[in-house]
Parts: sequence; structure tokens; C-alpha cells
Amino acid sequence: MRLGLRDRITVVVMVAVPLALVVGLVWLPSICTVLLSFTRWNGIGGLDTIEWVGTTNYVNVFTNYPPFQPAMEHNVLWLVVLFGLATPFGMFMAVLLDKEVKGGRFYQTAMYLPVVLSLALIGFIWQLFYSRDQGLLNNVLGTSVDWYGDSKVNIWAVLIASSWRHVGYIMLLYLAGLKGVDPSLREAASMDGASEVSTFFRIVFPVLRPINIIVLVITVIESLRAFDLVWVINKGRNGLELISALVTQNVVGEASRIGFGSALATIMLVISLVFITIYLATVMREEEQ
Amino acid sequence: MSRPRSEAEYLARLIPPSASATSFGRRSLLKGALGAGAALALPGALAACGSSSSGAAKSSSAGGAAAAPSGTLKVGSNYSDDVPKKAMQAEADAFKAANSGVTVNINTVDHNTFQENINNYLQGKPDDVFTWFAGYRMRFFAAQGLASDLSDVWGKLTGFSDAFKKASTGDDGKQYFVPIYNYPWAVFYRPSLWKEKGYTVPKTLDEFKTLGAQMKKDGIAPIAFADKDGWPAMGTFDIINMRVNGYQFHVDLMAGKKTWNGPEVKKVFDVWTELLPLHQSDSLGRTWQEAAQSLQQKKSGMYLLGSFVAQQVDNGKDLDFFPFPEIDPAIGADAIDAPIDGFMLAAKPSNKDAAKAFLTFLGGKEAGAIWAKSDPSNVLANSEADTSTYTDLQKKSAEIISQAKSIAQFLDRDTRPDFASTVMIPQLQAFIKDPKSVSTVLDQIESQKKSIFVS
Repeated sequence: MRLGLRDRITVVVMVAVPLALVVGLVWLPSICTVLLSFTRWNGIGGLDTIEWVGTTNYVNVFTNYPPFQPAMEHNVLWLVVLFGLATPFGMFMAVLLDKEVKGGRFYQTAMYLPVVLSLALIGFIWQLFYSRDQGLLNNVLGTSVDWYGDSKVNIWAVLIASSWRHVGYIMLLYLAGLKGVDPSLREAASMDGASEVSTFFRIVFPVLRPINIIVLVITVIESLRAFDLVWVINKGRNGLELISALVTQNVVGEASRIGFGSALATIMLVISLVFITIYLATVMREEEQ
Repeated sequence: MSRPRSEAEYLARLIPPSASATSFGRRSLLKGALGAGAALALPGALAACGSSSSGAAKSSSAGGAAAAPSGTLKVGSNYSDDVPKKAMQAEADAFKAANSGVTVNINTVDHNTFQENINNYLQGKPDDVFTWFAGYRMRFFAAQGLASDLSDVWGKLTGFSDAFKKASTGDDGKQYFVPIYNYPWAVFYRPSLWKEKGYTVPKTLDEFKTLGAQMKKDGIAPIAFADKDGWPAMGTFDIINMRVNGYQFHVDLMAGKKTWNGPEVKKVFDVWTELLPLHQSDSLGRTWQEAAQSLQQKKSGMYLLGSFVAQQVDNGKDLDFFPFPEIDPAIGADAIDAPIDGFMLAAKPSNKDAAKAFLTFLGGKEAGAIWAKSDPSNVLANSEADTSTYTDLQKKSAEIISQAKSIAQFLDRDTRPDFASTVMIPQLQAFIKDPKSVSTVLDQIESQKKSIFVS
């Protein structure tokens, strides 16, 4: 069938506009970041002040930048905690709320509330709990733990705050998925005498595969882009180093080490690409089936 | 290069050799012919220019030029703490009262945020007039064309010493900055507590340590300390460095000319390591305001900080200070950090006339008096300003600054910001966290310094 002129214009517009947006807002900045990572620039003055330095920035990141290693470790730790604790807990909450327990709406709202709040606000709320001299925790427990200042403790304190929010997010996503499960599947399972637990793990969980993948991807994304909380607390220093915070410190701050910061951003991009590739591969395979 | 013997001499050194009158290199002679040499002739030329073109302005304290400024004037302010915020508002109100045609909009941004976003701020659409500091960054912005020449404003200003004028001068010999005040860094304490406990001001490091030990015995944290924001520890480093190695070493170290892992800096950290047990513990989770509160509540005995600490402690009542004690008799105790704060004009102000009128006003003696009244923790830059409202603390601050033979700005104002913020803050925190790691810390600073001080 041949398309009419009108249809052809529609198709061209529908392809061109999103393409321009993706190229302009995603590809161009990414490529610029990668290019800048091979330069030295203080971000002031025209493009002619950019100096090409090859891989110097990368060498410096890996060998001559003490905050880098802890930042990598913290990003991994973030992922492990969200994936191993917060996400399963959120899913568990969703399963419970799916049972139409009394006051389910209330719990649902309460759990989801932190997601609505900005992370900057969450940082402030938890500051009220964690402040060493004036905080609630130390006053109630009678301790003098330096929750935000002690680099052995603060990452965990922050992870709790971050998980608090993440649980609500996952809970809502999963709850939506659970509502969509065909009730006849469960009926059949109970007719066959399957227990609640095995019904969930053998029937509901596999049926929710698309949701599971979304939850997984969101968990990964959340742990890679974790930033706001540590930035609000201490600008991502002293035990709260994260790659994203280091990028910001170098690029956005007074420092303006654009090239060096771009190298850090590129490293983050590469790590993200690994996960994005896995995700896309899975989604595409699904579509083929 | 010997140590400078006066503030003026120190400030003269802030001007790079290419622009200073004392250097006679081949290149500097060439450049000198072009305009950098104007540094020599400039003060005279400016004075002449000022008296001829703006005789009226001198008599009019509000600094209005012939044509009355009008319209809206935008002022970017980093005075986010209560006390200076009110002072800034008082300045704007006074200016408005004298220039009814002008509306002054103050855009106040959190102090640290303002400083961290300054590059983007200045390259975007900055306010006409903005708050800033003297030092490396001021000259850098001027050189990059991110600030406007204020030579004509300076032509109308009176009452500033040469030292302040030099501190307001960019690399090209023109003025880019109008100072309002400066303040000393010293060891603050509450006399009532000291009187009660019978403490006396220590003159040497040993006396200082003995006093600290006594305070500890009395159940008081000897030295209040906070470094969550990263910069307060720089003040501690600066002062110990200037006591151990002297002022000139500070200048050279900040310029990247000395090594950080050499014996000189090592010695600074040795002294600091000995003093650390006297500091409040858990400093990395505490802000300076919280530490100041502990001084206020007499839970700690002393606090090494800028005199802005007075804002947090009873508005400066029952507060006194002494210069950090001598460590090496050969070096003495006559160098201090006394940073200068003030105002700059954006590169392309939307209301240039009103902006310049406001800057002239801010540099005048009335503005000084207004500031002194609202914020009793600083020392006015303009010597003609009315100092009758000075508190004892201000009088003493003025005295200590005038007595100091060498005056530094501050670590993060005297060196490159990329080095200060991405290297020094984390490394000093690493040292505070684990003082035993000092040699690793210093090696890391030195190797990062080499990667940064290349351009």
C-alpha cells in the first residue's frame, strides 16, 4: 500500500521530532562529555581555551584521585543494599497490601509518601534524626554517635534514608503489577492445593516477569544516580563519596575541572551502559517471543 | 624573596610580576609599555581622574553621579546568615533612601552555594552587583573578563589605604573590587568562663597545650572544632603553617611552588597531630555554627575561627580573642589570616549607572558605618567610616589586623579553587579522620597538586 502525501508527512514528523530530541538531549551531550574527558578546561571562556590532554584525566582518576575508589565501592554497596534489602522488602509490602488488609490504603499512602518528597527534603528530615548534638536518635538512645560525620557509619545512615524512599517506590510499582495478575491463576493454584508461598514463587512471580525486570532496572538506576542525599548531607565527601557527587564536585562547583569531571562522568556512563545493554537485550528478546 | 614587612607589601605581591612595578624582566618591560605598567602610574592617574570628573560625587556621600540613577538594581548576595543579611538589607535601604529612583532587589543565596556556583553564575546572567572576596579568584575573574573595571568608582572613593586598593586590583592594574570589611582569624574564648576557671591567655605553644590539658581536666572540650563543610580546617592549617614556616612559605605553598610532602609541611601536621586530641571530637559531622554554639554554651573553651563567630555567640558580648600563639620564636606570631569581603560589578550589568552608584555608596564611609552597626564582628575597610559604634571586639580586631606584619587571605582564597576544593578539603578531612595517615595524605596532596598546577 502506498502512503499518501499527508501520511508521509505525518510519518516524517513523528520520526523526526523524537529523533531530534534524542540526538539533541541525549546523544550530543553524551558525546560532548566523552570528548571533553580528553581535555583540560576550566569552563570559562570560549571553546578555543580547551586544551587536548589525551588520557591524562583517566590516568589521574584511577591513580591520583583518592576519593575515586571509595566512590566506586559506595556505588556498589548502594546497589547491593537496594537490590538485596530494599527491593525485596518493597515487594513483600506490596504482596501484603495486595491481600486487602484492613487499613491497606493508609499503609499504602504512608509507604508511598517518601517517594513524593524530594531527596533534598528527605536529607533534611533525616538530619533531624541523625544530628550528633541535637538529633533525635542520639537523644533517645543516649548515645553520641556521629551519624553523618563518622565515615564508618554515615554511609549506612544514608542507605537507611535512601531505602526508606526506595521501598515505597518499589511497593507501588509491584502492587500495580499484582493487581493485574489474572485471579483465575491463583484460583487454579489453590484448587491444586498450593500454599500461599509456593503460589507466589511458582506462579505469581514468574507471571510478573515484565514488572520484575522494571523493578530490577529501577533499582540499578536508583543506585547509579544516587546523589541528592549525600550532596545535601556533606557534598559527597568523607565517607559518602559517590561517582555522581564527584562529577558534580569537579564540574559544577567552584573548581570547574570540566575535563576531569567529564572523565568521571564517562566512567559512570560506561557502567550504566552495561546495565542498559542487559535491559535492552532482555526486552528485545521478550518482544521477539 | 624575603618576608613582607607590612600588609601593603603583602598586597603588593598579589599583583603578578608582569603587572607590578618592581619587576624588570624583558617581557614585563614590553607589557609594561602596553598597560600593565599603568599599575605604576595608575593611582596618580586615577586620583586625578577622580577629582576632575567627580568632584560632586565626593561631596555627595550617597555617591550619586551627576545624572540620578534610576530603574531596578539587582544585587547578588552571599550574605545568607541572619546578621550580615540584615546588614546587606540596611545598606540597600540606605541607598534607596538617598536615590529614590532606584529599586534594589537583593537576591540572597546560601553562602557556600553561592561560592560553589560562582563560575556558572558569572557566565550566565549575573546580578549587576555581586558579593565576593579579595584574592586569587577576584583577580582571576577580572582577567577572564567576568567582572567590570571599577577604576572610575575608585576615583570617587576616599579613605582606603593603599593596601586595600592593591587588594582590589586585578592583574592588569585596574580595580575590580570594592572592599567593605575584613576580619581576623584568631582564637576566640568567653572571658566569663576563663575568669571563673582562672585561665590565662597562652603566649607559646607549650602554654597553649598546658591550658588545653587543664580544660580537659575541667571537663571542657579545649578547642571547638567543626569541619563538615570542609573549609574551617583550612584555617587551622593556615595558622599553624604560618607559625611554623612563616608567611612567605604560605604564599609559595599556595602558589604551588613548594612541595606538600617536604619536611616543612610535615612539621605543620606534626604540630596539628599533637593538638588534635585537644580539639572537639567528631568534627566531620559538625557545622561551624554548631561548634560556635558549644563555645556559647561554655562546653568548649576556645575556638579558632574568623571573627564572624561573634554572630553565633551572644552577638559578640562576653567574647574575646587572642592571636594563635607562637610556635617557633624565629618565626614569631605576627602573621594572620584576615580575608577581605566586598563587592564586584558584573561584566555586562543591566543597570550600570545604578550599579556604579551603589558600589560608590558601598565604598563610602556612611555604608561602612551602617555595616558596622548591623554586623559587629568585622573591621571596616574604609578608614574614614565612623567607628564609634565599634564594640570592644571590633576595636581589638582592628588592632590585631593593624599590628600583624603579614596578612593572608585564606587557603581557599589564596590558591586555585580546583586545588582547594577537590584536593585540600578531602585530604584535610582524611587527616582529621586518621592523623596517623599523614604521610600518605601529604603524598596524595603533592601528586594531585602536580596534576592540577599545570595550566
